[in-house]
Amino acid sequence: MSDGDMKQPIELLTFKLGDQEYALEIMSVREIRGWTKATPMPLAPSFMRGVINLRGTVLPVIDLAERLGLPKCGQNNRNVIIVVKLEGHMTGLLVDAVSDIVALGNSDLQDPPDAAGGNGMHVIKSLTVIDERMIRVLDLAQVVVQAESDAA
Amino acid sequence: MSLEILAVDDSRTMRDMIRLALEPVGFTVHTADDGVHGTEVLADIDPDVIITDINMPRMDGFGFIDAVREGAKHKMTPILVLTTEAAPEMKMRARTAGATGWIVKPFDPTKLVKALQMVAG
Amino acid sequence: MSSTDPMAEIRASFFVECEELLEALQDGLCALENGSDDGETIHVVFRAVHSIKGGAGAFGFDHLVQFSHQYETVLDAVRDGRLPVTPQLLNLFFRAADHLSDIIRAAREEENFPVQTSAAILAELDAQVTDAAPQSPPEEIAFAPVALNLDLNIADDVALHDDAQAKRFIIQFTPEPELFETGNDVPHIFAALAELGTLDVQCDTGRIPTLDLLVPEAVYLSWSLVLQTDVDEAEIASTFEFVEGLCDLQILPEPMAEMGAPYPENKSKLPSSDAPNAAPLQVDQPAPSTPTDTKKKTVIRVDIERVERLVNLVGELVINQAMLSQSMQSAGLSPHSDAMNGLEEFQRLTRDIQDSVMMIRAQPVKSLFQRMSRIVRETSASVSKDVRLITEGETTEVDKTVIERLADPLTHMIRNAVDHGIESAQSRVANGKPAHGEVRLKASHRSGRVVIDISDDGGGIDRDRVLEIAKTKGLVPTDAKLSDTEIDNLLFMPGFSTSSNVSDLSGRGVGMDVVKTAIHALGGRIAIQSTMGLGTSFSISLPLTLAVLDGMVVDVEGETLVVPLNVVSETVTLTDQNVEMVRSGCSIVRNRGGFLPLLDLGELLGYRDVTNCFVDRIALLLTLDDDMCVALVVDEIHDQRQVVIKGLDDSFYRAPGIAAATILGDGQIALILDPADIVAHAGTSEKTLSKHQVLEAHA
Repeated sequence: MSDGDMKQPIELLTFKLGDQEYALEIMSVREIRGWTKATPMPLAPSFMRGVINLRGTVLPVIDLAERLGLPKCGQNNRNVIIVVKLEGHMTGLLVDAVSDIVALGNSDLQDPPDAAGGNGMHVIKSLTVIDERMIRVLDLAQVVVQAESDAA
Repeated sequence: MSLEILAVDDSRTMRDMIRLALEPVGFTVHTADDGVHGTEVLADIDPDVIITDINMPRMDGFGFIDAVREGAKHKMTPILVLTTEAAPEMKMRARTAGATGWIVKPFDPTKLVKALQMVAG
Repeated sequence: MSSTDPMAEIRASFFVECEELLEALQDGLCALENGSDDGETIHVVFRAVHSIKGGAGAFGFDHLVQFSHQYETVLDAVRDGRLPVTPQLLNLFFRAADHLSDIIRAAREEENFPVQTSAAILAELDAQVTDAAPQSPPEEIAFAPVALNLDLNIADDVALHDDAQAKRFIIQFTPEPELFETGNDVPHIFAALAELGTLDVQCDTGRIPTLDLLVPEAVYLSWSLVLQTDVDEAEIASTFEFVEGLCDLQILPEPMAEMGAPYPENKSKLPSSDAPNAAPLQVDQPAPSTPTDTKKKTVIRVDIERVERLVNLVGELVINQAMLSQSMQSAGLSPHSDAMNGLEEFQRLTRDIQDSVMMIRAQPVKSLFQRMSRIVRETSASVSKDVRLITEGETTEVDKTVIERLADPLTHMIRNAVDHGIESAQSRVANGKPAHGEVRLKASHRSGRVVIDISDDGGGIDRDRVLEIAKTKGLVPTDAKLSDTEIDNLLFMPGFSTSSNVSDLSGRGVGMDVVKTAIHALGGRIAIQSTMGLGTSFSISLPLTLAVLDGMVVDVEGETLVVPLNVVSETVTLTDQNVEMVRSGCSIVRNRGGFLPLLDLGELLGYRDVTNCFVDRIALLLTLDDDMCVALVVDEIHDQRQVVIKGLDDSFYRAPGIAAATILGDGQIALILDPADIVAHAGTSEKTLSKHQVLEAHA
């Protein structure tokens, strides 16, 4: 505990979207489920994959790659749905594959460069490097809340 | 030591409060919703102390005390009156009716236990 | 009562009780108002306020205590006949009841209640009792956190308490016979004293007569006690509080000099050898609570969460049963086999259980109607109109959630009726109507649904003006010719603001479109009827429960959807005889001599492109509000069944035309259609023509 870096360790769930790696704070993750066919929502924005049956409740699923403006998830059986909860709302995020759970100190995280600009950059809260791979830590509120207003 | 209590009050909240105050210290609490109900319940039990509210439908607290004191069975059973009124005439009336003592609402649980022990050991 | 905080439970139950008491209060006041009281009414009213005060004190809701105390004081004066019941007084009582309910709500929501808002009404209440020769002194409510009433001038006992200096008191105590008649007893008092310190007891038996002279009920004993304690005299006196006046008592402090002298083990001399030494805090077998059985009552109180859980479980059961029956059918069992017969029985039982569970959630609309009577009072007062609310069918039961979610739309409609519907007294009288207006609120069950009618005897809808406004706002073309019903329905259009002089009441930027949306969200529909000069009436029809729905399960482009059965009037197969294309993307179907617009569900939901070839397809004929009829093309009809409604998280994405979802036998989700919404959505194009317009176009 004396190490300053580890004063506020955070745990991240890392996962793949195409050839990029992303992460979410583990605290917001409820569970991880294998892909099941979603019932499409009519006239929904393209990133809305539809709804699935999560033990009796209806869970909306977002195609995260589509949401971030990346090429759509290719469907294969490694695809998973990360179930997240934010402000009482549960949402499923469709990703290519879950990689790992890592613990980091706050100082391992860097702010994304302002100049990065471009679509989707505002959803990235911070960046970190693990084993020479760059990992983008997502701001869940931006992913989900923004999705709402986009959809509205 | 455990006492057996009959609490007569038309307010469920009050009955619950009494229960909450007394059951954790091992008292047995019976309840009744009004005076008439109280006398009915009393026919089957022999409590160490009776606690009663004054303002109740059907039969009020004074009527209830009268009814209790009239019967031979509970002539000496201590009766505490629950009252929101701190007015002395209220107490005198309760005493004239045969009440043993009084508890001013809102009560705190320790004091209620103390008052009960004061009248019933 | 397991691991949850018992205090929180009691608190919750207190607020439930408050609701009931407020209802009793309201009922009582109404009875006093319309003269149907039976003499007991004022007592009921008094007790309601009194009980609220009592409970409020227990939770330290000071303002609530204070307000209800003042209210109670006035009610007490009425109860004692010191204050006559006048319409003005009743009016005050009603307003006080409303205010009381506000304070309670704030307490329940743990909101800060602005105490000063009570000042005016408190002053009014106060004026009543000042007039009526106050009987009790202005006794400030002694609701300090003091529990036992220690009214023996011990205001400073804390200070004395603190100096923890042991003192000695000599107590002379001679009980009177009455002491025993009130159920008090000497040993208990001594036991209580012994807890304050070290007690030495000496009994004076000198007055006991010989046996032949002894009167059984007389008292011959007196006691001298020496108490060594760090408490003060007042606290000692408080031990004797209950017997004050029933004994001869002297408490004398003894000089400090002889401290610590010969008072060893005095407790053993207590008359009662089993004197307790402390509250029995060690849990000696938490006495099994044996609640006295209240045979006369048949009502139990259940946490709504438990009911919700049961409802959900039953929902699962229904789904499970559907799955089972699906797999048994696909297993090819004979319909006459035992298994299939058993399944049928299982289905019937499931349905019965479901109905029974739904009934648990049903509540009479009475509480809702009572809230509305307050709205009428407040609104009519602020627009200076005399308006009476007449309610009917208060015992009609509806799902609790429906009741809760009906409050806002109903409030808005009632305000509208009072503010806009009812004319001013002058113009009413000029038109030969009574000066006071009437708003009627009626609930009834009609063919498996609940119908709530809100009607006023006001001026009715001024259709010329409504049409003019709609034209000005561009809601309808300036050359539009609309039927009366169509004009009336303009009120429900978004963007139609009702009044040119928007009063602060029903204006508020909320239009009837919001009301309509809210009703739709409940699976209900609303219709309007108005007669110039005689009034307007709204009729809201609602499902009995929000949890299940009778639906028709259909397929469109490989997706399964559920259409609420109550809108489906019939199904037709489309042929080149009955379908006619008006132009590409706009076809009509002829049925029983009428023409209906033909809507392709697949296209409306974006599942496929516009098609003009409908021959051999199936269409559901839907009858919506206001006799609007459409034909909805689907690919396949599966069956009719009851489905469990699962809410969609609207906050994320709200799909047009979709009301909710359900889970099918195979675990897949099917969307439940909102027919009115899907038609309205289609209406953004020119596809929805009213029946009347289609006929015109065709002529």
